[in-house]
Amino acid sequence: MTTTIESPELIEPEEPGGPDANGPDAHDPAHDHGEHAEHGPSGLLKWLTSTDHKVIGKSYMITSLVTFFLSGTMAIVMRLQLANPTSSLVNFQTYNELFTMHGSLMLYLFAGPFAFGGLANYIVPLQVGAPDMAYPRLNALSYWLYLGGTSLMTLSFLVAGGAASFGWVAYAPLSNSINSPGTGTDMWLMSLALTGFSAIFTGVNLVATIFYLRAPGMTMFRIPIFSWNMLVTGILILIAFPVLFGAVVMLFCDRHFGTHIYSVQGGGVPVLWQHLFWFWGHPEVYILALPYFGIVTDVFPVFSRKPLFGYRGMVFATLSIAALSTGVWAHHMFTTGVVLLPFFSLLSYLIAVPTGIKFFNWIGTMWGGQLSFQTPMLFSVGFLFAFLMGGVTGVLLAAPPVDFMTHDTYFVVAHFHQVLIGTTVFAGFAGFYFWYPKMFGRMLNETLGKLHFWFLFVGFWITFVPQYLLGLKGMPRRIADYLSGNGWTGLNQLSTVGAIIIFASFLFFLVNLVHSWRKPVAAGDNPWDGHALEWFTSSPPPHHNFTHLPPIRSERPVWDYNHPEHRKDESHGDKRHREHDKEPVGASS
Amino acid sequence: MPLSALDTPSADAPEGPSTPGRSRRWKRVAVGLAVGAPLVLGGCNFYPSYGASRGSTTQGQDTFRLFSGMMTTGIIVGGFVFVLILFTVLRYRRRSDEMPKQFHESIPIEILYTGIPVLIVAVLFLFTVLTENNVDATVPNNARITTTGAPVLQVKVTAFQWGWRFDYPDNNVTVSGEVTNGPGGLGPQMVLPIHETVQILLVSNDVIHGFYVRDFNFSRYALPGVDNRFDLNIVHTGLFPGQCTQICGLYHSEMLFSVKGVTSAEFQSWTAREIAAGNTLARSQPPASNTPPLTTHLTPSNALAAPSTKKGSL
Repeated sequence: MTTTIESPELIEPEEPGGPDANGPDAHDPAHDHGEHAEHGPSGLLKWLTSTDHKVIGKSYMITSLVTFFLSGTMAIVMRLQLANPTSSLVNFQTYNELFTMHGSLMLYLFAGPFAFGGLANYIVPLQVGAPDMAYPRLNALSYWLYLGGTSLMTLSFLVAGGAASFGWVAYAPLSNSINSPGTGTDMWLMSLALTGFSAIFTGVNLVATIFYLRAPGMTMFRIPIFSWNMLVTGILILIAFPVLFGAVVMLFCDRHFGTHIYSVQGGGVPVLWQHLFWFWGHPEVYILALPYFGIVTDVFPVFSRKPLFGYRGMVFATLSIAALSTGVWAHHMFTTGVVLLPFFSLLSYLIAVPTGIKFFNWIGTMWGGQLSFQTPMLFSVGFLFAFLMGGVTGVLLAAPPVDFMTHDTYFVVAHFHQVLIGTTVFAGFAGFYFWYPKMFGRMLNETLGKLHFWFLFVGFWITFVPQYLLGLKGMPRRIADYLSGNGWTGLNQLSTVGAIIIFASFLFFLVNLVHSWRKPVAAGDNPWDGHALEWFTSSPPPHHNFTHLPPIRSERPVWDYNHPEHRKDESHGDKRHREHDKEPVGASS
Repeated sequence: MPLSALDTPSADAPEGPSTPGRSRRWKRVAVGLAVGAPLVLGGCNFYPSYGASRGSTTQGQDTFRLFSGMMTTGIIVGGFVFVLILFTVLRYRRRSDEMPKQFHESIPIEILYTGIPVLIVAVLFLFTVLTENNVDATVPNNARITTTGAPVLQVKVTAFQWGWRFDYPDNNVTVSGEVTNGPGGLGPQMVLPIHETVQILLVSNDVIHGFYVRDFNFSRYALPGVDNRFDLNIVHTGLFPGQCTQICGLYHSEMLFSVKGVTSAEFQSWTAREIAAGNTLARSQPPASNTPPLTTHLTPSNALAAPSTKKGSL
């Protein structure tokens, strides 16, 4: 606890402080620990009972990837339906269920949980030099709530009346008991409640871990950006998700207990649902985006062999995005006619500024570097292009008149798919390829990874650029068919071809996973010459993560440790934090 | 037409190429161009359509100009960033094992790329507010004559599951239709005179619907419990297809309608014909909500696949 880090000697970590601590790991750190070497149960029982953040993180990732593939398959069915004007592949009811479940699975059960339940759970304790999350049992509870919610929502396809069919936003009064009487809707609401609490508990865990379990020497401005973004994400979760839960409970009361909170007939206000939903929903957009921004912010420096450009600017940009995101919810409601347009328009515009700062910081990081394009870097650059177009069209939608013109058309569909696929898929898989060697101790195949990327990248543009045009040609979202005279057929077919290419790209991914298990290539502790603490321990890390730590004098302690000759000139944080270094350091905050 | 105010600063345009000389000057010119060019372009009469409708109402034309100007700005700014990324990625590919210079910040550049976006956003917001005030302007509720002396026609539009009703209280006419049983498979038709201010009162008695006409560059929710009003000034005759844009249950996809813009004289004779046919307000029934649709433009096979016995989204 009182180690100073002036000396180049390795420092001993704190005693593992989690409630589940089994004592320090006694093994030699140089030796590759298989998880079999741990105390406690193994096999299936380990997966069911573990409170280890690494096991829970992997469970999260597996579950969320399964929902991702399910949901992606639904997207393919919808694209096939839309490839012809009067297609009869699925009927209206099925189509409505498909787009509702596609959106719900992707947004509630994949995009968020994959980031803050999966990657963050695994990586954040490692990056801050902690033995586990602050509350390991709460962490396990999060996962089991999430699994329960996921199962409920997925199984709602099987109940009489089918799954929910009112779109993932569930606007009242379409979601009330008269218009949506089925059990599927109730399961949908229950699922939101369960996964909502799962998210809240994970948020608590992330915030507590990053505030209190950092290794000695890791001041706030030495936290790697991925963990910084997860801290801000955790705070946003704590702001937003309780509101969603409140909205869901009230809708449930309207449906079953005779309240009239959202019904005009009983004196309620339907648009209240939209306010509450989007008060959660817009912070949620950044709850989904910030973790993925964090991933690429960690990837670019590593593959450029440079420190991050504008570290502090990046932190402040993240904080201001989070702050602004709580005041822009009504830009989803411009066409309701009952919101103050200029206020929400201005705040929405302003988010472009910190987002722009991030873009230039990413470019500045690569500028003058030695860029190598392994798969994680390719996906990160792909993210830049995807998010650039999604971001620019997003600025357009901040203008209420332009929103009037494009609201609920495919223009908006294309916009948010570019943003969300840019972040959750491009940046998400950048993170997956980046940290997979750490998590499993084996490399993914580069050729297959690159094929995955290029198919995805090409398919992505073929799918969504036509959708912008479709929107401008007047095609509304959530329609199961259209008139052949509308002139939408060709663009829809192009979009369908693109979607199939995207789908094909994931076959390379699956083959890659199988390949890495059939013919493993050992990764070693630090295959990418990484910067943050996760690259200092073995791959996969031992149960308590670290037996010793390098001195932490910047946001990239492992790089400093491995390249002492370069860190002297102007390594980030060295001069600036010298005073701090002399102080005794514990969990400084 | 807020952007037309910018016709004057277009005098700045020749400044760009005509300023030769030192690098600092060039920088200033470059910055000036980055900020000024979209404005200047926005001020010209040159508005690329980018695939959108140029607008068949004065409001829609305003919106279109804002859209087009913002697209141009977006393409310039986005294109700049695109080229910057592409250049960086190609130029700095790894060529050796030499360790690159470990710089990590440059305060002037960081201030620059914070400040310029703030300026761009401020300008965009200015034009947004100007356009929005035009598009959202409505003549007072009970006015019959606008300040320009033109009459105001009031039409009450009721959206319901799944169709539209158009009531003309001034003319004692009502038109109603469910799903796509109207002319040409486009659903019920709202006939409106051109070159007049038409005020639409948009309501719904069941769920939220979206009133959207592509050629008007406009949409608005029909929100239960809320009276939404907006004005339309159609500028030329024609048939303008419209559609519900907000998911409203099983037959959302089929909830089409159309607007027909006609001359004043044609409008008068149309109302006379409708009254003669008995389509008066007295006939106007509450919307036949949740009744199975009469016809759709589905193929027979699809119609069979559609669960027509299920009412609402069961």
